[in-house]
Amino acid sequence: MAKEVKFLQGNEAVCEGALYAGCTFYAGYPITPSTEVAEILAARLPKVGGRFVQMEDEIAAMAATLGGSIAGRKSLTATSGPGMSLKMENLGYGYLTEVPCVIVNVMRGGPSTGLPTGPGQSDIMQAKWGTHGDHPAVALTPSTVQEQLEETVRAFNISEKYRIPVILLTDEIIGHMREAVNMPEPGDLEVVDRKRPTCDPKDYLPYKPEADGVAPMADFGSGYRYHITGLNHLEDGFPSNDGKLAQADEIRQEKKITDHYDEIVVVDEMDTDDAEILVFAFGSTARSAKEAIKMARAEGIKVGLFRPLTIWPFPDKHLQKYKNKVKRIIVPEMNLGMAILEVKRVMEGTVPSIEGINQIDSEPITTITILNKIKEGK
Amino acid sequence: MAYDYAKYLRAGKIPHIWCPGCGYGIIMKSIIRAVDGLGMNKDDLVFTSGIGCASRLPGYIDANTLHTTHGRSLGFATGVKMAKPELNVIALGGDGDMTAIGGNHFIHACRRNIDITCLVFNNYIYGMTGGQYSPTTPKAARATTSPYGNSDNQFDIAQLAIGAGASFVARSTTYHAVPMEKLIKQAIEHKGFSVVEIIAGCPTGYGRKNKLASPAGMIEWQKANSVNKVQWDKMTAEEQAGKFPIGVLHQEEKPEFIEAYDANVGLS
Amino acid sequence: MAKAEKIEIYVNLCKGCEICVELCPVDALEMKDFKAAVKDLDKCIACMQCELRCPDFAIEVYKQ
Repeated sequence: MAKEVKFLQGNEAVCEGALYAGCTFYAGYPITPSTEVAEILAARLPKVGGRFVQMEDEIAAMAATLGGSIAGRKSLTATSGPGMSLKMENLGYGYLTEVPCVIVNVMRGGPSTGLPTGPGQSDIMQAKWGTHGDHPAVALTPSTVQEQLEETVRAFNISEKYRIPVILLTDEIIGHMREAVNMPEPGDLEVVDRKRPTCDPKDYLPYKPEADGVAPMADFGSGYRYHITGLNHLEDGFPSNDGKLAQADEIRQEKKITDHYDEIVVVDEMDTDDAEILVFAFGSTARSAKEAIKMARAEGIKVGLFRPLTIWPFPDKHLQKYKNKVKRIIVPEMNLGMAILEVKRVMEGTVPSIEGINQIDSEPITTITILNKIKEGK
Repeated sequence: MAYDYAKYLRAGKIPHIWCPGCGYGIIMKSIIRAVDGLGMNKDDLVFTSGIGCASRLPGYIDANTLHTTHGRSLGFATGVKMAKPELNVIALGGDGDMTAIGGNHFIHACRRNIDITCLVFNNYIYGMTGGQYSPTTPKAARATTSPYGNSDNQFDIAQLAIGAGASFVARSTTYHAVPMEKLIKQAIEHKGFSVVEIIAGCPTGYGRKNKLASPAGMIEWQKANSVNKVQWDKMTAEEQAGKFPIGVLHQEEKPEFIEAYDANVGLS
Repeated sequence: MAKAEKIEIYVNLCKGCEICVELCPVDALEMKDFKAAVKDLDKCIACMQCELRCPDFAIEVYKQ
């Protein structure tokens, strides 16, 4: 039987993905261009036994999202620009306390109120470095409405599996675009639930990692009484001032992500086998890049697309294959040069030219702009 | 037979971090007696807190305990309660945590009337950071950041809660350890958002700078300046000056948030 | 008048704040080496005020 096909808006597809993944709690605050996620889930969540709450601000929304997850529900919040800045405080709490949840950031122009109704990709570095302190980060960058759905499911899976808040880093173009989506049926996509303890409650250590670096997480109210704190803590969850142990735990948290690079990092590589030029593009910009590459190929130019669906952790291992191989890397992005810094870091001077296409005028980077850059030769 | 506090305390966590003479230990004991008196199951009991001296309390209690970010405990508490309404959620914090950095969350939790018990420990000062003036520091009082005396105006936390829509609001002091216990019980039993403001002494951060250095002196001060609500209502404005009412200050029945939500969306 | 059989003071928990000594209505307690101590058990009327107001779980009064 043919799969159901729906014509969905990008933000709507995020909701479909969240519901598919088993999300039953949403706490948010209205902000353009992410508001449809809240509006749709306000209507849909009660139908699956879930609850929705509009909090007084983004800070409280992030707090409530974490609280919902601590009590055992897969929880989501969505925001944009200034809202993401406000979420940073409690996002850091989510990292340190290892509470799974998904944060959708529909990127717009900035800083501050910026260009609220236009697209941007300027939150790339915020997604990794936005909150204070060292921590692992996972951020996914879908390019299509289909991927909005599927990457939302994957965001929940990663968050549940590794006990970490995961950012779905999309943008206004994909968030508001409408495309046909093949609706997955139950079982089509993997759905992961967090590990919960099975030991005697008196033996439970909420931060004692298993072999995968992740500790089972008990729901509040499930008989496992334990303490969660934003202070550095020991395996038993209680605070400690021991700097050496704090450092060891922070490193363990970084490792639980870096050790699982192969499971977490997904990159779409197109026409890269013989490529002399690589276009590194993500999110909506990758759509223009893909077309530009097809047009350039038609003219006989050996150019390929490197499209990360996981931007954090940065796809170092995938990109390293092109060291001493490609002559140019072009990095189009709707910011003044962020991902390009990471590309340069990874390539360590092995690529003669790494060039950015940078635009923050609230307009998408067009196929022609990218094609012209490819043909520029340099 | 002395009172068995150990039943609700985590083994090996006492002595607590609070300074000699800090009133927060007195409040913790009243909370334990209240919870015990109601026969509450520890597995269903959640304490959330923000940052500050008061917010260290949950770490000592054998329950589901969540020590969150500064001022945000009510946001976390709201998430926990909405995810599992069957849990009893007590959110607590100090005057700075709840009414300065957490002020927005506080008034909106009152407005929402979600079934959470909110205990505000008011010692008129930021204790953890060493004695800076807070939203409740009295006019002209000395703090490390008001070396010439406080110029700022004060929140009346209980009135703030009433104005914002909390459906149960009470005030007590550490002098009134037993009445405090009873008010906390009432607050927990009340369906809706309940607030108990508890006046406590901070001998280290507040008392030393304001000629109230003795912990016992601060407790005597609470006794001398607090007036039972029934009596308070009979006093003239002149008689009330410089004093504050204690007891149940406001109580009303109105729809609780999650019950109203569930009824609206067809979940109940 | 109620009487106390025993007043237990846990010196390891006592922080020496003197609340119990100062608020005792019958002068049954005193400070000794910066810690609370029983001065005169016979005076104690088991009003429990010291136990209730000890912030540190350091005093237990056992009524007769």
